[in-house]
Amino acid sequence: MTTATNGEGFVVFDHVQKSYDGETLVVKDLNLSIGKGEFLTMLGPSGSGKTTCLMMLAGFETATNGKILLDGNNINDMPPHKRGIGMVFQNYALFPHMTVGENLAFPLEVRGMGKSEREEKVKRALDMVQMGAFANRRPAQLSGGQQQRIALARALVFDPKLVLMDEPLGALDKQLREHMQFEIKALHESLGITVVYVTHDQGEALTMSDRVAVFNDGRIQQLAPPDELYERPKNSFVAQFIGENNKLPGKVETLDGETCTVRLQTGELIDATPVNVREVGQETLVSIRPERVEFKPEMMPPGAHMIDAEVLEVVYMGDIFRTRMRVAGTEDFVMKSRNTLGQTKLHPGEKIRIGWHPQDARALDPM
Amino acid sequence: MTDATAQLTTADGRPLKAALAASMAVRRRRAFLLVAPLFLFILISFIIPIGQMLLQSVHNDTFSSAVPALSAWFDENPQGSEIDEAAYAALAADLKLMKAEKTAGSAGTRINYDVAGTRSLFTSTARKADKLEAPFKEAILAAEPKWDDPNLWRAMRSASNPYTIDFYLAALDMTRDETGAIVAVEEGQAIYKKLFWRTLSLSLEITALCLLLGFPIAHLLATLPMRKAMLLMILVLLPFWTSLLVRTTSWMVLLQSQGVLNDLLVGIGLIDDEGRIQMMYNQTGTIIAMTHILLPFTILPLYSVMKTIPPSYVRAARSLGATSWTAFRRVYLPQTLPGIGAGGLLVFILAMGYYITPALVGGADGQMISNMIAFHMQKSLNWSLAAALAAMLLAIVLIFFWIYDRLVGIDKMKLG
Ligand SMILES: Nc1ncnc2c1ncn2[C@@H]1O[C@H](COP(=O)(O)OP(=O)(O)OP(=O)(O)O)[C@@H](O)[C@H]1O
Ligand SMILES: [Mg+2]
Repeated sequence: MTTATNGEGFVVFDHVQKSYDGETLVVKDLNLSIGKGEFLTMLGPSGSGKTTCLMMLAGFETATNGKILLDGNNINDMPPHKRGIGMVFQNYALFPHMTVGENLAFPLEVRGMGKSEREEKVKRALDMVQMGAFANRRPAQLSGGQQQRIALARALVFDPKLVLMDEPLGALDKQLREHMQFEIKALHESLGITVVYVTHDQGEALTMSDRVAVFNDGRIQQLAPPDELYERPKNSFVAQFIGENNKLPGKVETLDGETCTVRLQTGELIDATPVNVREVGQETLVSIRPERVEFKPEMMPPGAHMIDAEVLEVVYMGDIFRTRMRVAGTEDFVMKSRNTLGQTKLHPGEKIRIGWHPQDARALDPM
Repeated sequence: MTDATAQLTTADGRPLKAALAASMAVRRRRAFLLVAPLFLFILISFIIPIGQMLLQSVHNDTFSSAVPALSAWFDENPQGSEIDEAAYAALAADLKLMKAEKTAGSAGTRINYDVAGTRSLFTSTARKADKLEAPFKEAILAAEPKWDDPNLWRAMRSASNPYTIDFYLAALDMTRDETGAIVAVEEGQAIYKKLFWRTLSLSLEITALCLLLGFPIAHLLATLPMRKAMLLMILVLLPFWTSLLVRTTSWMVLLQSQGVLNDLLVGIGLIDDEGRIQMMYNQTGTIIAMTHILLPFTILPLYSVMKTIPPSYVRAARSLGATSWTAFRRVYLPQTLPGIGAGGLLVFILAMGYYITPALVGGADGQMISNMIAFHMQKSLNWSLAAALAAMLLAIVLIFFWIYDRLVGIDKMKLG
């Protein structure tokens, strides 16, 4: 997939800032380059400025400072209807007084397209989302998932090069949501469009995107492909926001290029990969994914440190066991082990020793 | 299988429909008790008076109840019979009765509606009734020669039947000629039809103005931040909180030919002193003052509808390529229709029956039909005609309601 760093992106946010009230910046110095055909997701907690960014791109909010480029052109002063950007709203925004067919024909009609061509395109768009039989229904006569498909078809029917989606699946139940994720992804790939997708569901972000921009507090905390985001979070916020995470605070004891050791507050020594630490003696927060924690010494690399743990609770979750332990003073250290044949069964109260590969523990900034 | 769907039964074998009805009965009874006080109130204060008004418009027995003998004579002798001695004898008997029961005035008033100047004829002849002796025709004609008038007898014949559509005829500028056939009144006396038309056209103009002026305000109210919207809302509601009379008089102060606005225009030299614009005591005055007074009735339903339209619809339309005008026309406006319908209908109905404002600022040609109804209630005391006019006003409003229902659908209306 196109990575935005090489050359000009299709969509570029260049030092964009946004304030609604003149007192606080909702978007602080946003720099983002989105490649043609890319599926980029903006992920972040509520109020982090995702919708604001999308609205600036669509033209419903103006950037207080900075430039937004679309295909190389500055679109700061271009009215929304000239931008040719398809948009799917969270509440779908299907026009209630028009039938499904009329809804889809609307963008073609305002572009002055002839009737026969219009009908042709509407039919094709409806078939694309498997809603061909519903052209004469009103939006109110459709289920949530069906409305979602129509909204999608309407945003795509006029062949926009860029489609924005603001939490389009937020109102659907889990199963339908997963199904629609799959369909949106398939449409993206078959049509070759560029998609900017907003969500605060990290699962959605990880499964659908080429790259994810994690937003917090008006800034992009990390912009990376999903696997990198999950496995190599750049700071504590990202580590915490994406997936489950164990955090152990301490001080850097030794620092040696690719690896370091960290002395925990309770005295134990652990291995980690330095990410945001530069010198010995620095405060740090070590983050370890629960599924990377090991308790069998034979699985550990030679020379790796192991520390004491006391099992507090074992939860059977079908495919995995989730074991909660007391480690270095915290009681919510979690280990996930696969439910395989011959897996050692742990019991509450059991004392074990745990460890991990140094590259699975990341020494980040103290929060 | 088909049997089971034909008649579903409950577990203990009762028909499902009956069981459902029984289980709902208690709830229905409770609901009825809750609405009973209001229902009673409406019955007493609204339905019964309207029924009486409708009755009054076709039923007037002030004359017929005062003249039993004449009524009997009219029954025996058909229209066109000669007014003979027997008729005058009956008249004399009835006049005596009127004197005894002091009903000459009211009976005369009833005939006076049709033949001017007859009220005094009745009262003066009744005063002399005791002295009348046979032959009555000569005696009565000697006392008051006006009794010879065939129009008078025709009017008495028609009034001797308490049930009549004559008031509706009068309300439609029609009357009966010598033979009893229905004809239009002379050109100069026709007033009501013209007045109905004027009421209708003024009301439509006022409704259109209210919608035109109210729409942008309602839109602003619905989109402004809450605090500012509330402030503006107070300004909109201010007319509600001041007395109708105060508002109307302030318009008089502003708009009359020696008023503030004209002074201002003269002051800045836009018009000269002779050319002061007549904005009061004519239709312009009625339209301006009533539009102001009725404006909140369009703004509030429009506002409540617009409040429920999320901004994402217009945004969606814009993102789909519509200019802001197209987005407004094709997406926003259609969704405000329930509010436009409700506000428009409300203002139209209120305007149709408006009375005080036209009376104060309307002058001669700004009067509406309600002013005429009030005139017949208070001045001419022809309540039956007033009732007939009011019934026709009611009918017009209901017709518009019906048209609205057919065009837009009453269920689509949203009042608040
Ligand atoms: N029209 C507005 N006027 C003033 N402040 C606004 C406006 N819209 C958003 N904000 C503020 O800007 C900040 C960012 O809002 P935004 O809608 O972009 O967040 P978001 O990331 O989309 O959140 P969510 O996940 O809840 O949708 C919030 O603090 C919000 O209160
Ligand atoms: Mg949002």
